[in-house]
Amino acid sequence: MSTARDRTEGAVPIVLVANGFGASLRRIGALLERYMFLLRSSGIRLLELIYWPFLQMLTWGFLQTYLAETKSPVAQAAGVLIGSVLLWDILFRSKIGFSTTFIEEMWARNLGNLLISPLRPFELVAALSLWSVIRLSVSMIPVAFAAYLIFGFNLLDLGLALAAFFAVLVLTSWSLGLISAGVILRYGLGAEELAWSLAFLLLPICCVYYPVSVLPDWLQPIALALPPTHVFEGMRAILLEHRFDANDLWWALGLNAVYLVIGYVVFSRFLVSARVNGTLLQLGE
Amino acid sequence: MNEKVSKFAAGSGAPPSGTEKSCVPAEVRDLTKTYGAVTAVDRISFTLVEGTTVALLGGNGAGKTTTIAMLLGLVVPSSGEVRVFGEDVSRHRDRVAHRMNFQSPYVDLPARLTVKQNLTVYAGLYGIANAAERIAYIAQDLQIAPLLDRATGKLSAGQKTRVGLAKALLNAPDLLLLDEPTASLDPDTADWIRHKLKDYAESRGATLLLASHNMAEVERLADRVILLDQGRIIEDETPGALIATYGRETLEEVFLDVVRGRARAESGRAEGERKAS
Repeated sequence: MSTARDRTEGAVPIVLVANGFGASLRRIGALLERYMFLLRSSGIRLLELIYWPFLQMLTWGFLQTYLAETKSPVAQAAGVLIGSVLLWDILFRSKIGFSTTFIEEMWARNLGNLLISPLRPFELVAALSLWSVIRLSVSMIPVAFAAYLIFGFNLLDLGLALAAFFAVLVLTSWSLGLISAGVILRYGLGAEELAWSLAFLLLPICCVYYPVSVLPDWLQPIALALPPTHVFEGMRAILLEHRFDANDLWWALGLNAVYLVIGYVVFSRFLVSARVNGTLLQLGE
Repeated sequence: MNEKVSKFAAGSGAPPSGTEKSCVPAEVRDLTKTYGAVTAVDRISFTLVEGTTVALLGGNGAGKTTTIAMLLGLVVPSSGEVRVFGEDVSRHRDRVAHRMNFQSPYVDLPARLTVKQNLTVYAGLYGIANAAERIAYIAQDLQIAPLLDRATGKLSAGQKTRVGLAKALLNAPDLLLLDEPTASLDPDTADWIRHKLKDYAESRGATLLLASHNMAEVERLADRVILLDQGRIIEDETPGALIATYGRETLEEVFLDVVRGRARAESGRAEGERKAS
């Protein structure tokens, strides 16, 4: 239930909506507004969001074109490499969006102000998650459109599966983002590198550019325990074999639920640990 | 042993109010914070009485900032208890966070955002429904209206302090915590800030707790001084009573006595000898 409190300070009564679902949404909205202000404050930032994924797409697109000319049967399958790189970028950019937005508060020495405000940890996480999707959209929609214009690869050819792939990858990115944010909270900006490198840990194991069968036997169960593996396998199945295994994606979504819970627990534990160790007093550059 | 319990406490030495909600702005009982072998705050107890301004004084590392951080819920106590408006802030900070605020020159607002954008964001975070009206009022009151569209990072130290204060007063807090609010400001700006703080406390009946090294500031603002040394409360008196007790003329002299390890009797005797000679 929302509680409103009328108070008077000077000539202006203050209407405070302090508790309840509405207040919670208001705080999440305030943080999203803060991130939007930040993005709008710099054209370079906006450009940077598109720059790297665009270069990635160009590189792999040209490689795809080259391989197609060599008559390689696999590479000739429409857009496997470009599809891989675009889907990988969804995971990577969403993770980066989550982590860098969090780190931004530490660079700005603003986290102390946030953590003493009525903002609750789950609201901070919700705002970071929503913002990662907004950033991702700003980043990937123009690049996906460019892939269609330059190489004729239409990401929408993946059909409804694309929405499922998108959901799996974004959910995984939030789990990774939560873990890296927690570690950075606890150990400070010295652990900042984790924000950039954690997603790359998955790159060889979740089989972005090759099938799971390529991995050694002992590594295959580990790969299949990672939700993104099912996305890349699913994409190849659609583009190379024209089949879509929905069960595989349900399995990936289930795994994601587990990883999200783990991610939130890790974040919460590190936040508590930061409060115990006093590291929130020393946050900043 | 740190047995000193505030005589300003309502019911000194009484146990905290338990589950019963209190309108006492803050109650601190046997509060201790250790980092490994280092004891930053050592079994301190005090109560903030509504409508008073209390200064935490002490040298570097005396435990002032850690104490404030525990009141804000940024640091979890190793033992003891901190209650703000009757709530244990280690567990239920969210129930009282909207009634508190904090200002420190060591915590920034995002530099790239304009002043107005920053205040808008914090108005949202503190649940202020009439944000535009409130920001306009506070900008007028703190004379930052001409700065509203400027990037916060491009302001002078004095302007940043005023903007930080605007953020801290946005929700008209009943309990305002300040960590060296006039550090690195020129005397004129510092005086202006003190005037505003005093004006706010008096007009609103708010409770202020400030950590400061500036004795003139403390003498001007504080109804009461808590002197900390190595994490312990050494004194808890009104500024006038402290000066009289130590036989000194200013709070600064008292402070120097304390940080240099001179006890009350010793400094009183020294003062008596000085006067006799």
